[in-house]
Amino acid sequence: MRLLYFAWVKEKAGIAAEEIEPPADVATVAELIVWLKTRGPEFANAFARSEVIRAAIDQTHVRHNAKIAGAREIAFFPPVTGG
Amino acid sequence: MIRVQQEDFDIGAEIAQLKAPRSDTGAIVTFIGTVRDQQGAVTEMSLEHYPGMTERELQRIETEACARWPLQASLIVHRTGTLRPGDNIVLVVTASEHRDAAFDAAKFLMDYLKTSAPFWKRETGPGGSRWVEAPASDDASAARWKPKTAAE
Repeated sequence: MRLLYFAWVKEKAGIAAEEIEPPADVATVAELIVWLKTRGPEFANAFARSEVIRAAIDQTHVRHNAKIAGAREIAFFPPVTGG
Repeated sequence: MIRVQQEDFDIGAEIAQLKAPRSDTGAIVTFIGTVRDQQGAVTEMSLEHYPGMTERELQRIETEACARWPLQASLIVHRTGTLRPGDNIVLVVTASEHRDAAFDAAKFLMDYLKTSAPFWKRETGPGGSRWVEAPASDDASAARWKPKTAAE
C-alpha cells in the first residue's frame, strides 16, 4: 500500500510518500502507527504524539481503530488548518 | 462548484458568473478568508494540501450544504502555495431565494472546511517559520452543525 505524509508529519518523517507492506498482524491504523514507529528515530519522532495525528484511507477521514485491509492509500497528517 | 488553485480570485467576476444562469436569486452571501499580519509576526504563509482528497472533501461538504439548505448555487475556491498578508485564501459564495439559507449555508461550509478539508498553513515571520495549530474552537464551530440527538 502507499503511505502519504503531510505537513509536520512529513517533515519529521523526512519522507512524503512510500510503498510499504506492513506485517500481516497489523490490522488497524493504530497498529500501523505502532509499527511505523519501530522503523527508525524519524518515524518514532513523527508519531510520538500519535493521538493528535489524523489519518485517511483512500482519501476519506478515518479513526485510528479503522481496519486497513484492502487500503490502497493511507495518509497521515496533523489536524487541518485551512480556510 | 469547488476549485483549488494557486491564482487569486476576482470576487466580482465569481459572483457575476454564479448569478448569471437565473434571475430568481434573492440573497447572495460571500465569505473571504485572508492572510493576517498579526503585528508583523507573519510575513509569508504557505498552504500545503492533499491533492485529490482536498477536492473530494470540498465536494462532500458542498453536497451536504445543498442537501440541508435550499441553495440555488454555491462556490468554494481555496488557494494553495505561498501567500502574503492581505492576500485572499478562501472564497465561499452561497445563493438562495432568501438570506437565512445563504447565511447559514456559508457559515456551515466554512466551519466544515476548517475541520475537514486537508489544508495545512505554515507561517513565516522574522522569528522563523512554524506550522499553524488548529484551535479547539474550530471543532466546536463544526460540532454545532451536527444533527441533534434525542438526549440534547
